[in-house]
Amino acid sequence: MSNHHSSSQRLRLHTETEGESIRVRGLVQGVGFRPTVWRLARAAGLAGDVCNDGEGVLIRLWGTSAEIDAFCHALMIECPPLGRIDGIERRPCEAPAPDSFRIVESEAGLVRTGVVADAATCEACAAEIADPGDRRYRYPFTNCTHCGPRLSIIRAIPYDRANTSMAAFQLCPACAAEYADPADRRFHAQPNACPVCGPKVWLTDAEGRDLLAADGLKPDVVAADDETPGFAEAAAATAADRAPRDAIEAASRLLERGAIVAIKGVGGFHLACDATNPAAVATLRERKRRAAKPFALMARDLDVVRALCELSPAEAELLSSTVAPIVLLDQRVDGAAKTSGPVAAEVAPGQSALGFMLPYSPLHRLLLQDWDRPLVMTSGNLSDEPQCIDNADALTRLAGIADAWLLHDREIVNRVDDSVARVIQVRTRWLRRARGAAPMPLALAAGFEAAPRVLALGGELKNSLCLLSQGQATLSQHLGDLEEARTAREFERTVDLYQALFEHAPEIIAVDCHPDYRSSALGRRLAAETGARLVEVQHHAAHLGAVLADAEWPLDAGPVIGVIFDGLGYGADQTIWGGECLLGDYRQWQRIGHLRPFALPGGERAIREPWRCLYAQLESSLGWPQCVERWGDLESLRALRERPIALLAEMIQKGVNAPRTTSVGRLFDALAAALGICVDGIAYEAQAAIELETLARRALGEGGYAFAIDTRAEPWQLDPAPMWSALLDDLAAGVPAAMIAARFHAGLAETVAELAARAAQRHGLETVALSGGVFQNRTLFEATLKALRARGLQVLTHTRVPANDGGLALGQAAIAAVAPPIYAQSPLRGR
Amino acid sequence: MSHGSGGRAMAQLIDELFRVHLENALLAQGNDQALFEPPPGRLVTSTDGHVISPLFFPGGDIGALAVHGTVNDVAMAGARPLYLTASFILEEGLPLADLERIVASMGAAARAAGVQVIAGDTKVVERGKGDGCFISTTGIGVVPDGIQISGDRAQPGDAILVSGSLGDHGVAILSKRENLGFETEIASDSQSLHDLVAAMIEAVPDIHCLRDPTRGGLATTLNELALQSRVGMQIREPAIPIRAEVSAACELLGLDPLYVANEGKLIAICAGDRAETLLAAMRTHPKGREAAIIGQVVTDPHQFVQMETAFGGSRIVDWLAGEQLPRIC
Ligand SMILES: [Fe+3]
Ligand SMILES: [Mg+2]
Ligand SMILES: [Zn+2]
Ligand SMILES: [Zn+2]
Repeated sequence: MSNHHSSSQRLRLHTETEGESIRVRGLVQGVGFRPTVWRLARAAGLAGDVCNDGEGVLIRLWGTSAEIDAFCHALMIECPPLGRIDGIERRPCEAPAPDSFRIVESEAGLVRTGVVADAATCEACAAEIADPGDRRYRYPFTNCTHCGPRLSIIRAIPYDRANTSMAAFQLCPACAAEYADPADRRFHAQPNACPVCGPKVWLTDAEGRDLLAADGLKPDVVAADDETPGFAEAAAATAADRAPRDAIEAASRLLERGAIVAIKGVGGFHLACDATNPAAVATLRERKRRAAKPFALMARDLDVVRALCELSPAEAELLSSTVAPIVLLDQRVDGAAKTSGPVAAEVAPGQSALGFMLPYSPLHRLLLQDWDRPLVMTSGNLSDEPQCIDNADALTRLAGIADAWLLHDREIVNRVDDSVARVIQVRTRWLRRARGAAPMPLALAAGFEAAPRVLALGGELKNSLCLLSQGQATLSQHLGDLEEARTAREFERTVDLYQALFEHAPEIIAVDCHPDYRSSALGRRLAAETGARLVEVQHHAAHLGAVLADAEWPLDAGPVIGVIFDGLGYGADQTIWGGECLLGDYRQWQRIGHLRPFALPGGERAIREPWRCLYAQLESSLGWPQCVERWGDLESLRALRERPIALLAEMIQKGVNAPRTTSVGRLFDALAAALGICVDGIAYEAQAAIELETLARRALGEGGYAFAIDTRAEPWQLDPAPMWSALLDDLAAGVPAAMIAARFHAGLAETVAELAARAAQRHGLETVALSGGVFQNRTLFEATLKALRARGLQVLTHTRVPANDGGLALGQAAIAAVAPPIYAQSPLRGR
Repeated sequence: MSHGSGGRAMAQLIDELFRVHLENALLAQGNDQALFEPPPGRLVTSTDGHVISPLFFPGGDIGALAVHGTVNDVAMAGARPLYLTASFILEEGLPLADLERIVASMGAAARAAGVQVIAGDTKVVERGKGDGCFISTTGIGVVPDGIQISGDRAQPGDAILVSGSLGDHGVAILSKRENLGFETEIASDSQSLHDLVAAMIEAVPDIHCLRDPTRGGLATTLNELALQSRVGMQIREPAIPIRAEVSAACELLGLDPLYVANEGKLIAICAGDRAETLLAAMRTHPKGREAAIIGQVVTDPHQFVQMETAFGGSRIVDWLAGEQLPRIC
């Protein structure tokens, strides 16, 4: 060891004042981080400065090392609500100490500005709008550095007011002073506003007439719809009441009377009605032309939620988080007793869960303040379309649906839907990642730091896109189904927006292999235009990549066994996959097992009509004539015989629009149909599987139907034939449908675990990853997890992005970043 | 039908057959080529190979189809078709009676369309090297003065019309070929459209585009036109004429009728303010009785063809790379 010390290495006493430069990495820009640093340094009496730069935040601080230790500790604890510290590095700083602490403006071009997610109202802002003495009392656009709109209002970078839809509002002197004061919660809060200078809210009818007349609501004006029972009478009765204080209170009163109100929120419009009013909910369903898909609910506070649903601490925390997602919760069996009335059955037909969210903007808080029962808050659209974001558009498109419109003049630039999640095994599982979550960057595991920049374009339905660079991935908000024309246009615009917001010029563009996905077509075009390398990633390999990236599986940690169950994805052999067991990692993969292939007579039709899947499954598993012979008297088989199954048989035999598939999603459809659920058709995606699971939850814990695992086949095959025989025997023996549904789930979970365990043993591995939309089935997921763990296997699951196609782009990006150029074409063979 | 030895007798037989059924002065010259005076005006020509299984189907056969296909391609320029040439590839083993039926049907179709088959050729290939009978035809027609019809002329504001119900041909062929017994027999719409076109340009000389939505159906043809004209198209699902039995068959088969082939229908695009006049002219013609205005041309940098569905949604009617593959996950 040398006894020389370099000039920077000196013996230091704890009491000696020294300069240090402190590098903070993570989500530290645009979240009020510098004022927090400023406040902490001031409080500690330390001199120095802080600025944003290309790598995050750089702090220079002069004090004793104990003081600086304490400062760093405090910074970790007091990190702003929207921020996230990924790392702090400290180095000596030789510069002379300044005499105070300052916030230094960054040099232009150095800052990776990005933009953060829209955040639910913070407690400080909530207190202000509730305080009659505050200048923001009942002001619906109150926000600060710790809360408020972000992604939904941004047009371009840098994230300055001028580049947001708040540019239309000139800050008043009071707001400007807050904006300029580092000690203020609103220092550099771009959407800062108050009643004097900020956006306004108003209530109108379809013709745009203001419904808030000076003498209160006139019944003849508000009673837009005579069909709503008692609506006009109630309106007349209440006209005598105190005039509503403002448009929000007026809207709340309309809702009380059973009206449907279109409400412009943060990232789009909602359609609201009283969730405990069956007539209002039924009217909304009818007008929105949404037959069965559940409606989301909004409740004033956790108490209202708790009265109706079971609520664990993890669920309460998720509901109250800055994301404020819709959280799927189990209804209390005794729920009705605790409120003024139960939630109408029409809110979520065929389901035991309710989707709840809390008010996440001041407008919502004010709207719900008098409500001790929930409101339906469903997306403001006609079935299948993206929700409205524009006032004029909402007045036109929602004209046949809403009775009144609660509008405001803060333009929504980017549509950001509500996020949807549920808690399973104490972890958050995203079903839709949008408002509040996107575009929060996701840290990737070791190995991705130097990866090239990738733009991944996702799937066709539930599309989201992903940017990957510098060891992190930015997954966009849920965009929706690209077959829908408006969504397809928004998708292309969002691709441009994200590249601009994150200054991301891709070296690689990743797409799905499907020949007809719109996202793939756009990717191919962009690659040709920009010269970026195009990487096609097989759908289920992308799901595997997504769960690996989600679980931060290191790049060089080697392959895992991936069980990927979903609806449909284009397979490497040009058939349609969906029940896959893969061996692989980010760089290579091979298909080592799958569900026994069967035909989908009618292609997409079979997805919408479960009886087709039932016939195809029975025919391929057991043979139709044998089924008729043994179980022909069963109601479900009798019903099938009354359908054109001869034609289906011809189609399957002759290959007329009967593509072969290994889809487990379709197997669920077949099962549902066998139990009389959604036999003729589904009204929304996965309805049959969801209702089947709802049924299964009523009868947990009684054995399961095993599948055969054919290990002589290469790849191995899961053969459902024994499952079907046992199931049909049970049906014939009069076993209740709920029990049969439960046994199917249990049997499938055991089968998955057994398959994965055997595969892991064969390949000398200990880790299994689960992905694909089918694993959003809580019953199957929990049972599979348990069965895998019982076999001593480590299980990787999704906690940061959805297991469904909403997470696909993350997997595409991670794979394309590191995969060899011919990834899609050359799956790994043998080992 | 035999191949190889004994060919001379067979060749004479076939020659005789053609002479009888396709009879005209130019063919009767008996040369390896037909010599004729070009008619005055601008000429158009088109060529098409016809391959279909089965050779005979409800509503037609390959012989008539080989005439209609090329006559229609010529007519879609606004032209009056005049002459056809035909080249036959016959598979050894094709019954002579079938060949006679095909040639007779071709002759009848040609006479009905007012065209003459003025040159032809026949080859016989070994068993297994052909699907019974392939027919390639080439057509020549003349375009009236002042008519300027082309796929790149669709403009925003134009109206989109179809001449009748869609999907008949494709569904008829599929159900016959695969022997899928539907309750009502569906017949192909195979027919020549030159006379309908003549009536249309008489009423509205400035039709911008005409095209027959054959393989790939209405959806693919509209996408071709959108791309060629650099515009978008908006169509309305309820306005698109589809026969109830075709619609029912498509539902059972899971096929989208917009992608199913037609052999006797056309798409017309004209200025929006001429659409009603054109529609009236089409509807007074027997081949356009079910004509309808199905949408309009719009400005769209994405060049999307989009359809307002019966439920009020709007779906992209996209190009398909191949067969109709499920996209839903
Ligand atoms: Fe998928
Ligand atoms: Mg042609
Ligand atoms: Zn706040
Ligand atoms: Zn102000």
